[in-house]
Amino acid sequence: MRPSLNYDVVVVGAGVAGLTAGARLAEGGARVCVLAKGVGSTHLAAGTVDVLGYDPDRVESLAAAMPAFVAARPDHPYALLGVDAIAPALGWFAECIERGPQVGYRYRGGVERNQLLPTAVGAPRPSALVPETMAAGDLGVDLPVCVVGTRVLREFHASLCAGNITRLGIEARAVELKLDLDRPEVNALGLARRFDDPAFRRDFAARLAPLLEGDERVGLPAVLGLRDPHGAWSDLQDRLGRPVFEIPTPPPSVPGMRMFEALRAALRAAGGRLVMGARVVGAEREGARVTALRVDTAGRETVFGARSVVLATGGFASGGLALGSDWAVRETVLDLPLRGVPPPGSPRFRAEYFGEQPMARVGVAVEATLRAEGAENVLVAGAALPGAEPWREGSGEGISLTSGHRAAELVLASDGLAAAALSGSSGLGPLRTET
Amino acid sequence: MTEVLHELLRGSLDHCVKCTICETACPVSNVTPLFPGPKYAGPQAERYRVDDEPSVEWSVDYCSGCGICTQVCPQGVKIAEINAQARHKLKEQKGVPLRDRLIARPSVLGRLSTPVAPLANASLRSRALRVVGERVLGVHREAPVPRIAGRTFRSWARRHSSPAAARRVVYFHGCGTQYYEPDVGEKTVAVLEHNGYQVEIPKQDCCGLPLQSNGLFDDARKYVLRLARALAPHARDGALIVGNATSCTLMLKRESREILGLLDDPDLKLVSERTYDVCELLLELHDRGELETDFQPVEKVVAYHAPCQQQGHWIGKPALELLALVPGLEVRELDARCCGIAGTYGLKREKYDIAMAAGADLFDQIRASQAGLVACDSETCRWQIEHATHKPSAHPIELLHRAYRL
Repeated sequence: MRPSLNYDVVVVGAGVAGLTAGARLAEGGARVCVLAKGVGSTHLAAGTVDVLGYDPDRVESLAAAMPAFVAARPDHPYALLGVDAIAPALGWFAECIERGPQVGYRYRGGVERNQLLPTAVGAPRPSALVPETMAAGDLGVDLPVCVVGTRVLREFHASLCAGNITRLGIEARAVELKLDLDRPEVNALGLARRFDDPAFRRDFAARLAPLLEGDERVGLPAVLGLRDPHGAWSDLQDRLGRPVFEIPTPPPSVPGMRMFEALRAALRAAGGRLVMGARVVGAEREGARVTALRVDTAGRETVFGARSVVLATGGFASGGLALGSDWAVRETVLDLPLRGVPPPGSPRFRAEYFGEQPMARVGVAVEATLRAEGAENVLVAGAALPGAEPWREGSGEGISLTSGHRAAELVLASDGLAAAALSGSSGLGPLRTET
Repeated sequence: MTEVLHELLRGSLDHCVKCTICETACPVSNVTPLFPGPKYAGPQAERYRVDDEPSVEWSVDYCSGCGICTQVCPQGVKIAEINAQARHKLKEQKGVPLRDRLIARPSVLGRLSTPVAPLANASLRSRALRVVGERVLGVHREAPVPRIAGRTFRSWARRHSSPAAARRVVYFHGCGTQYYEPDVGEKTVAVLEHNGYQVEIPKQDCCGLPLQSNGLFDDARKYVLRLARALAPHARDGALIVGNATSCTLMLKRESREILGLLDDPDLKLVSERTYDVCELLLELHDRGELETDFQPVEKVVAYHAPCQQQGHWIGKPALELLALVPGLEVRELDARCCGIAGTYGLKREKYDIAMAAGADLFDQIRASQAGLVACDSETCRWQIEHATHKPSAHPIELLHRAYRL
């Protein structure tokens, strides 16, 4: 079928990997269209960039840990991408946030040292790059913590969080603040919209200030503004006169939504298209090349022609991979060959939930250039790549960001498109490989 | 409802993983506690809705039917469609107010008011009569209403003869063009003819979308099938169907088939496959190198809002791509989701304030944009934008028409 629309690159998926690839490609001069059946992982994840948290012990310095990590796992995405690809990707991302729509909002950190931030249940989470609004929560710093909860946000339990922080050896307590809203409960987004309003922040700070003691820092659920997080966070710090930090909540994730908005804005500012609600249902091929994608749009299929495709559809959770009741695994968009499928007779899953899960390592079979086997102009990025267990490793965003960025660079180089120089000063420095 | 459709809609709710992404996008639940959100009213409450048993969940009446939830759902749950059917069932049970029966029939209202347009316009803008209308009928006194043109688009179309051309399209103008904005229809025809189309304008009536959104499914079916019968012969002859009313083209393409359970109607299926939003058609033309690009400069700053229903076509924002071709035109994309009006939702006394609150982000962005004009593909959204921001609003095709100097 003749394509209705033609692009240099069509990216499938609007999670971190897809949006990063799309934005970077558009910046590099490619005519790019990102197709997504819906919103991706951003709204569900913490909004931090976790590169490598555990190997299997907690990783303190990425630079020190990464060489041994990839040496032991030649099939891991980081081995495929090369550790040198990580810092430029993180640098690009940090800059993308800085020129994003949330004025003044930035990420802090880099590849030298993991920051240890409390999760909603007060467990330590090692992250490489974190929103400035979370940085003061670093549990490597021995300062007492006051976790503030409010009954209207039922999914955030301040006392549970504070109790677990205490078990880590940091003095912590919980306070509950009564808020008068127009409804008995609200989700994180609903609160964040209120924190965008300076009057609400003023009132909130006035109620909270008398409850605080000594030199404790203030941990709040991550609801400090959607449109103006920098303003909301610095306003609260000023008013309370002490460090304030956000603690990621269960979904919806406000910091994740900020990340989505910044990446989307970068894509749009560079002239890239984003088509939401569009599900890719098939492809047109010529030999080993995919020439077009067939997309389910209202009323009929629309054919999007592409010189290259970046597949960033995610793994099992996002529907990029599907496991049938007959144990057959397939890649759902292009039916590409897979790697890492446990052979018959060997274990597919293990009983320990957080144990090694062989099935979780399945992904699209790719070469070192991220090209999918059997489709020479299809590059794979993000959770569709094989060989990783992101929730055990604490590596999800790192893999998605690095592979999305790398896929874009590879397409730009191979297509002879005007490969714009890597976006200026990464500010993070190269990832040193210790000798 | 057919088994296939049942599977398509209700079956999809098992894919819900409760991720809350729909809740982050819902324009209504974010501004009022009266609607608990698409996840709650949709896939969750649906488990308690049993065929032939009374509706147990009434908040779904406050869903505006904008459809954004379905669009952003990463798991393919047909949330908006499930909720539309639940709203229909609820209304059958509670009864449909006279008001909803009236405002859901734009072509009847248009036919009645056109001959007495000056009087009708004066009445619609009379404070006293609007207060009475609010008390008696429940149409909010402040709600935006269009100006009745006093002439119909068809009266122009009957006199107009489209020059013969190799390509033919059928123009589906919708009620807004017919009774309120005939000039938008004339400009759409001119732009299509300029691009080498012979434009046929068969006799047509309302697509039934307002009836569908008000839960009057039987009447909506009658309207949409009658329209499908009128358009299908042209489609069978190979013509494409093109419309500028983006919510009405979406009704033909997808919504009526899924929500009204008309998947099996062959005429509607054919019409659905052949229907294009006008900007969608022109962008495809441009991609083939066949769009006339003799655009003259339009020195203007314009903000563009893609209506929810336009986003429901799942085609991105083709109007932005087209407007970018016009020299001198500076276009600012607005990313707030919804203006709140949702067709007839924001007209209702009990929902007007919710609709205005739902649109507040958009209105703020429009005011901050410094744009002199807001481009938007849906007429009811344009009326709401003009009402709330006092800035003029136009269909993107009007800007292209101006740039072509037609």
